[in-house]
Amino acid sequence: MLRLILARLLAMIPTIAGVALIIFVLFSVIPGSFASALMDDGRGAMDPEVAARMRAALGLDDPLIVRFGRYMRQLMTGDLGTSFRTGEPVARLVGQRIGASLELALAAMGFAMLIGIPLGFYAALRPGSLVDTLAMIGAVSGLSLPKFWLGLMLMYLFAVHLQWLPSFGYGGWRHLVLPALALGVSPLALLARTTRASVLDVINADFVRTARSKGMSETRVVTWHVARNALLLVLTTVGLQFGALMGQAVVVEKLFSWPGLGNLLVESVFQRDIPAVQGSILVLVLFFLVINMLVDIAYVLIDPRIAVQAS
Amino acid sequence: MAGRANLWIGGGLVAVAVAAALFAPWIATHDPVLDANLMLSEEPPGRAFWFGTDTQGRDIWSRVVHGARISLTVGLVSQAMNTIIGTVLGVTAGYWGGWWDDVVSAFTNILLAIPSLIFALAIMAVLGPGLGSLLIALGLTNWTFTARIARAQALALKSQGYVQAARVMGYGDLAIMMRELLPNMAGPLIVIATLGIGGAILSEAALSFLGLGIRPPYPSWGSMLSDARDNIRVVPWLAAFPGLAIFLTVLGLNLLGDGLRDLLDPQSRSRQP
Amino acid sequence: MTAAVLEIAGLDIVVDGGRGPTPLVEDVGFSIPAGAAFGLVGESGCGKSITALAVMGLLRTPLRRTRGRIALAGRDIASADAAELRRLRGREVAMIFQEPMTALNPLQTVGRQIAEMFVLHEGARWRDAEDRAVEALRSVRVAAPERRVRDYPHQLSGGMRQRVMIAIALACKPKLLVADEPTTALDVTVQAEIVELMSDLCAARGTAILMISHDLGLVARMCREIAVMYAGRIVEQAAAADLLSHPRHPYTHGLIGALPRLGARAVRGRARLAEITGVVPAPTDRLAGCRFHPRCGRATGHCHTDAPPSKARQEGGIVRCHHDG
Repeated sequence: MLRLILARLLAMIPTIAGVALIIFVLFSVIPGSFASALMDDGRGAMDPEVAARMRAALGLDDPLIVRFGRYMRQLMTGDLGTSFRTGEPVARLVGQRIGASLELALAAMGFAMLIGIPLGFYAALRPGSLVDTLAMIGAVSGLSLPKFWLGLMLMYLFAVHLQWLPSFGYGGWRHLVLPALALGVSPLALLARTTRASVLDVINADFVRTARSKGMSETRVVTWHVARNALLLVLTTVGLQFGALMGQAVVVEKLFSWPGLGNLLVESVFQRDIPAVQGSILVLVLFFLVINMLVDIAYVLIDPRIAVQAS
Repeated sequence: MAGRANLWIGGGLVAVAVAAALFAPWIATHDPVLDANLMLSEEPPGRAFWFGTDTQGRDIWSRVVHGARISLTVGLVSQAMNTIIGTVLGVTAGYWGGWWDDVVSAFTNILLAIPSLIFALAIMAVLGPGLGSLLIALGLTNWTFTARIARAQALALKSQGYVQAARVMGYGDLAIMMRELLPNMAGPLIVIATLGIGGAILSEAALSFLGLGIRPPYPSWGSMLSDARDNIRVVPWLAAFPGLAIFLTVLGLNLLGDGLRDLLDPQSRSRQP
Repeated sequence: MTAAVLEIAGLDIVVDGGRGPTPLVEDVGFSIPAGAAFGLVGESGCGKSITALAVMGLLRTPLRRTRGRIALAGRDIASADAAELRRLRGREVAMIFQEPMTALNPLQTVGRQIAEMFVLHEGARWRDAEDRAVEALRSVRVAAPERRVRDYPHQLSGGMRQRVMIAIALACKPKLLVADEPTTALDVTVQAEIVELMSDLCAARGTAILMISHDLGLVARMCREIAVMYAGRIVEQAAAADLLSHPRHPYTHGLIGALPRLGARAVRGRARLAEITGVVPAPTDRLAGCRFHPRCGRATGHCHTDAPPSKARQEGGIVRCHHDG
């Protein structure tokens, strides 16, 4: 087990390095330069001589490959660079935000799983029924909703009109409800669809017919033999959706002024704080990869067929 | 049949959006940008202004209608780019295999790890706001799924008899890809593209909402919603209509995509979300 | 005379489709006395597997029984409620399927899947049930059953999996075992072992067998009585020895002609019907008259228009052919 986790962690390294390279190259072609981005805070153009000295001091005149090597060495020690704006280590800025981001992502995913999976299950057991039809219409609608618009409407209804919940900010669970709902709706819709399709797949499998021929009640067939096999298929969607969720969170965090990573990313983009932008993106990617590693490990725990191949 | 209902309802919604985009100057009652009249700002929906006016007194109906142009342009052009990139990489990787396949697969896997909205956002940060930047940002970041399907299809098709036969008859790789492979994988690719247009429209709205896409005063649905956020207490109708426009357009594309899938690629119903 | 464990009479099964119901099984009837082995032979698509599912009460939409009676141990399954039907399944009648690769749940140990029978039908506690699963595995001649119960299906060979299926099926000593092509997916050498195992175990426990196969040679060695099905109908039925020595229906003739000589068993896979030309009609063809007439050398005018009634054979049994006489 430990070896498996270790192997998966090692397998993440090339991906992270690849992402770091892409992001690094992307921000190296930025019009203007690091130094001017650093110094240009609206007080007019910089003295070219000062700029040249700055560039040399920051090592910006070295070739791209040298700079990338330096950047990677930095990353390996956990150093994400220093924020242009605040002069703080980016790692610390990111650390301050990651808790809020995790809270929101987990709340949204929990909400999506809690409703979406049972809904898909129920719909699959009664294909063509009214519940099934409504659930699938709801699911395709949920996938078509712009999250920030849904958030805006929720904000208007529950915060402005009914005044049940705060309209934005970070605090107790009451602050969490609206952003989590807004962010959770599309994974909910997707999970409902995936679960329904998986259950329909499994329920026609031979071993389910065997289970019925054993004289089991339909409830027992479903809970013992269908559920676990179907959830295995759903698990992949949960893992992949976490990535999309982290991306979409940017908009929802901005809308509700939620102090998460996404908001840090957007603020940093507007302030042209490139190290902070790179750092937030890398951490978001790392988070996504870790979640998918956990999904892989969960697979090994649930599915004996994979355990054999891995050891 | 549910599939047929999807096609008709989805096609209908998409047709309405396309018509709005094509005939915007005739459908709109005001100029979306220039007809700003602070005397008439924050009017609720009514006879003169069907959807009301915004904080600067512009007619929301006219802005929503014109917004269809931006949304559909971004959706169609960026998805066309994604389809071309994904298909070229996927087909060549699947058909040629070898080191090229390894390179493409590795690249695809790395891109898959970056949430596409985040990647698009990073590109927008580098290029700056604007329509051109949006097309590039969204056109370069969402081709991985197309590439994976195209690769899998090319792998499956290349061992088929008629492809083998074409090779024996001396057709070149390009001819085989264009004549034998592409027509036989068009179904799934069309389905992915239809769903992708909807995704691109949502991303454009999100980026414009963040202030990184279409800049005011141009009437993008996303940037209108950004306005609405700051004035939700005063002009709630400003939030309602652009959002509804996005929702109905994307819903139409999703229904159309589902319907096309049932029609063109029935065995994949469980493969794709 | 002992009561029959299975009695089927006038069974019709249809599949519902866009153009209304299509008959798949028509007027099928036979009965199996306690402890006897009965063979149902026919090509794939003739309705034999669907008949087996009907016996288990496992027909699901779009399949539907429209007519006829199925009685298990004297109990009509049509009038049994859901709870009673479940008690019948597994306890009175059990089934093994063609594909041992997919018939077991991939996520549970085989021990647990056997033990489940004791929990379901005898109210055993899981711990005791799992101990008994070891014995059940030993009884199907699996080596080192204490270790094997902890295996997952993918760790076992096809033959082993089919032994597990037999252990599950016979766990609660049912009165009837329905075996649907139990050896078709297995290697030839393993086939013989599995058939022998089933015969021995059922004989020892007094369990009757409904053996379903396309392989007449296999069925003939195992069963006392055989029914031959063609396109949804039983065309001939008789004691095994009589059927082989005096086939009355041209289709049965053809099947026997396709058997390898020297009493050797049929080669693996679908036996080639060398003496029967043409193909089985699709159920949607709604062929009039005798279903076999397009492939029959003896067919005459009324074979095209009238379905032959079932007639008694000279040597006992029945046959459906205008030309038998």
